[in-house]
Amino acid sequence: MSNERTITLRVNGREERGRFPAHRTLLEALREIGHMEVKCGCEKGDCGACAVLVDGMAVDSCLTLAWTAEGAEITTVRGLGDLESLHPVQQAFADGGAAQCGYCIPGIVIAAKAIIDEHPEPTEDDVRLGLSGNLCRCTGYTKVFEAVSEAAAVIRAGRSGQ
Amino acid sequence: MYAPFELEMPGDLAGALDALAAGRDSKTVPIAGGTNLIVDMRAKRERPDRVVALGEVGELRGMDFGAERISIGGRTTVTDLLRSPEVAEAAPSLIESARLFAGLMVRNTATVAGNIACGSPAADLVPPLLSLDADVTLASAAGTRTVPLDEYFLGYKRDVRRPDELITRISWPRLPVPSVNTFYKLARRKGDAITVTGVALTLCAAGGTCTKARIALGAVAPIVLRARQAEALLEGRALTPALIDRAAAAAAAASSPIDDVRASAGYRLHTVEVLTRRLVSRAWDRFDRQGDQGTAASAAVPAHEVTAQRRAGSDGRSA
Ligand SMILES: Cc1cc2nc3c(=O)[nH]c(=O)nc-3n(C[C@H](O)[C@H](O)[C@H](O)COP(=O)(O)OP(=O)(O)OC[C@H]3O[C@@H](n4cnc5c(N)ncnc54)[C@H](O)[C@@H]3O)c2cc1C
Ligand code: FES
Ligand code: FES
Repeated sequence: MSNERTITLRVNGREERGRFPAHRTLLEALREIGHMEVKCGCEKGDCGACAVLVDGMAVDSCLTLAWTAEGAEITTVRGLGDLESLHPVQQAFADGGAAQCGYCIPGIVIAAKAIIDEHPEPTEDDVRLGLSGNLCRCTGYTKVFEAVSEAAAVIRAGRSGQ
Repeated sequence: MYAPFELEMPGDLAGALDALAAGRDSKTVPIAGGTNLIVDMRAKRERPDRVVALGEVGELRGMDFGAERISIGGRTTVTDLLRSPEVAEAAPSLIESARLFAGLMVRNTATVAGNIACGSPAADLVPPLLSLDADVTLASAAGTRTVPLDEYFLGYKRDVRRPDELITRISWPRLPVPSVNTFYKLARRKGDAITVTGVALTLCAAGGTCTKARIALGAVAPIVLRARQAEALLEGRALTPALIDRAAAAAAAASSPIDDVRASAGYRLHTVEVLTRRLVSRAWDRFDRQGDQGTAASAAVPAHEVTAQRRAGSDGRSA
């Protein structure tokens, strides 16, 4: 039966294989192959904890079928940077104390990266509307919004060679 | 976790239509962004045997901006709309709707055809498209037909689409100059909220009279619908505050809202009237100010001003 097959997912630049049925979501598949940094919150598109980049676009992996992501470049929060070399967005969240329990943060960092890619100089509205698909039950969002603006400034400064 | 299904991923439109035609005896459904279908499968409202993924079907992408008509592929995403300056010019209401649609990740995958096909009265792209006199092109292995969006919905989550048909394109005529095309989404908050009341308006004017009016109402009836009586009151006349009041009342009379977790029926009736009056008055003022020189433009409050207004307590609730 064609209902299960082995697929190759390209995650954070590495090819990884897994055998999945057709109804497996990308969220489930990523966690099955060890990407526990991708979080499962609501499984219905409301919370954004499961956000990853698929070919540079932020998507909810809980609303994506794993098979359809074969061949795409998938980036999780780990793919942006690790403890030795944090991505400016990750650094800004750490410096600004923008994470509390941290459960929402992998998804928020992914969405923040996508917002800054599209709006290098984001307005407050760009940040707020851009993060409206990410729920955080701890921070109250203020420090999150500040961290995104700070990260955008750092990235702009980096581009202009300062 | 939801029930297993077979998944087909055809590489072109012919393949997708064949897969749907072959699935006539089973429950076969297309999936585009999956932002409705996967949620519905998880909630066990949908239990397909076979799912046909449209992601590789190139014919469903792409937008055409002709001199007379605009045509967009069914797989156009909400983000594709937002990134298109041509859509912003040709359909301001669609952009206003897209800006306040869901959250970033859902906007990146949710499609226009999926929004129409889901049949929800709260589908936010439908009132703008209805206000633009859009047509929907349906294709099956047996052929292609085009239906006015106005005749597409039959009742709550019921439409004219056969299970073996796909929405391939959505098209609408260019707006005449001058005209105003706008959409207002009233919801409990700006970001990622289901619409309480949605009103889309197209107003055209010439020589001091209103030559055309389209008023489309979302989330206040079993389907998205046009307020035809209100439109008829405005067309062919110079608009006065009294006339606009009557049209607003007629729009409320056309709606048949229900109470739900988001708002009461009474609140919805009230806000249909307020929003219709406000959008029509603003559009008409704009013609006055510009001496009929306006272009196809939106008279709505820019989204970033809405927050400020809400804080000042001047949203639909207090108008
Ligand atoms: C968190 C969240 C927030 C949301 N917010 C909003 C919002 O603010 N406003 C709003 O209007 N909606 C909202 N939605 C609903 C949903 O995102 C939209 O209706 C979206 O446009 C559906 O498109 P899709 O491509 O994801 O459809 P899918 O889920 O892929 O499909 C939906 C239905 O359409 C059918 N279908 C898909 N493509 C075609 C086609 N080409 N031809 C024929 N049938 C087709 C499918 O079989 C299915 O029945 C939200 C959803 C979520 C999860
Ligand atoms: S787990 Fe995907 S959006 Fe909540
Ligand atoms: S930090 Fe706890 S949910 Fe966001």
